[in-house]
Amino acid sequence: MIGHLTVILGFQLLGEVIARALGLPIPGPVLGMVFFLLLLILRPSYANAVKSTTQGLLAHLSLLFVPAGVGVVGHIQTLGSDVGIILLSIIFSTIAAIVASVYAFTLTARIMGQGDD
Amino acid sequence: MTEFQDIWTYLSSEPLLWLTATLAAYITGDALYQASGKRAYVNPVLIAVILLALALTITGTRYETYFDGAKFVHFMLGPATVCLAVPLYLNLRQVGKSVIPMLVALIVGPITAIGTALGIAYAFGIRGEVLLSLAPKSVTAPVAMGISESIGGSPTLTAVMVILTGITGAIVCTPLLNALKVTDYRARGFAVGITSHGIGTARAFQVNETAGTFAGVGMGANALATAILVPLVLTLF
Repeated sequence: MIGHLTVILGFQLLGEVIARALGLPIPGPVLGMVFFLLLLILRPSYANAVKSTTQGLLAHLSLLFVPAGVGVVGHIQTLGSDVGIILLSIIFSTIAAIVASVYAFTLTARIMGQGDD
Repeated sequence: MTEFQDIWTYLSSEPLLWLTATLAAYITGDALYQASGKRAYVNPVLIAVILLALALTITGTRYETYFDGAKFVHFMLGPATVCLAVPLYLNLRQVGKSVIPMLVALIVGPITAIGTALGIAYAFGIRGEVLLSLAPKSVTAPVAMGISESIGGSPTLTAVMVILTGITGAIVCTPLLNALKVTDYRARGFAVGITSHGIGTARAFQVNETAGTFAGVGMGANALATAILVPLVLTLF
């Protein structure tokens, strides 16, 4: 498990270094994910080996957003008197965007002749 | 009483207390979620955030002090993002087959998200920095804050809106998509990842691994799509 964690942190480090060195607009961890994916394509057996470690981390992905969420509570007053309108806008646009993108996906898949499997 | 004060002085200067509190609040939130029969509106993140915000207010603790402990949890977001490579690899064939539906959704989804958010806020008289800050709210926080800054918004304000959007998406997605009778978990996950970034992706992984994988891809791809589309949509306002 420590070995797997070292590999994962190593890829994040690589991603951060390359993103900064080249001034890329992509976050380091996302770039690290791409490199990790390349490793898995080159060495397929490694995917099953790391799976238990990565599943453990991804199963509780929600937990990792809690500290940032607590930070938001302290800043909610910065929205000032507009807070109601902002919330309305966020709720409505989130619903609209989910509906629009899910239908864009399923209709395109249907036109291409692939249903869900 | 001084003994209690001594203990409190120790606890409030060490990361242990707020790290433990963060995990305990999340476990409480998750237990309530399980006890509710996994109802989407009993969101573990939201419950944990409310409990911790109350605890900070009652004890008069500053966010900086709290974050000294919670940063260990926050730090794991980076490694977790790297870990998304594994489900992506295991579902690579399915993801590869869905490239065209994903690209179409990646244009329609972000334009809808940016357009409706700005449209509603504008109609109710929101202008200037606050309006601009709203535009990149569906993107993962670090990227959204960068976009916000480049278009003249406030990165801090954007961060608040990003988290609110994530929690909203995580709460509404399951009942909404069930009501629409969408059974394709590729589409469901991708839509949630595009709209509600990491918090939506975390929710998708709770529901189904295929949904989680596609949500992760959607979150990553939308960072790029929104960066390109925000300036275009803004020309309308």
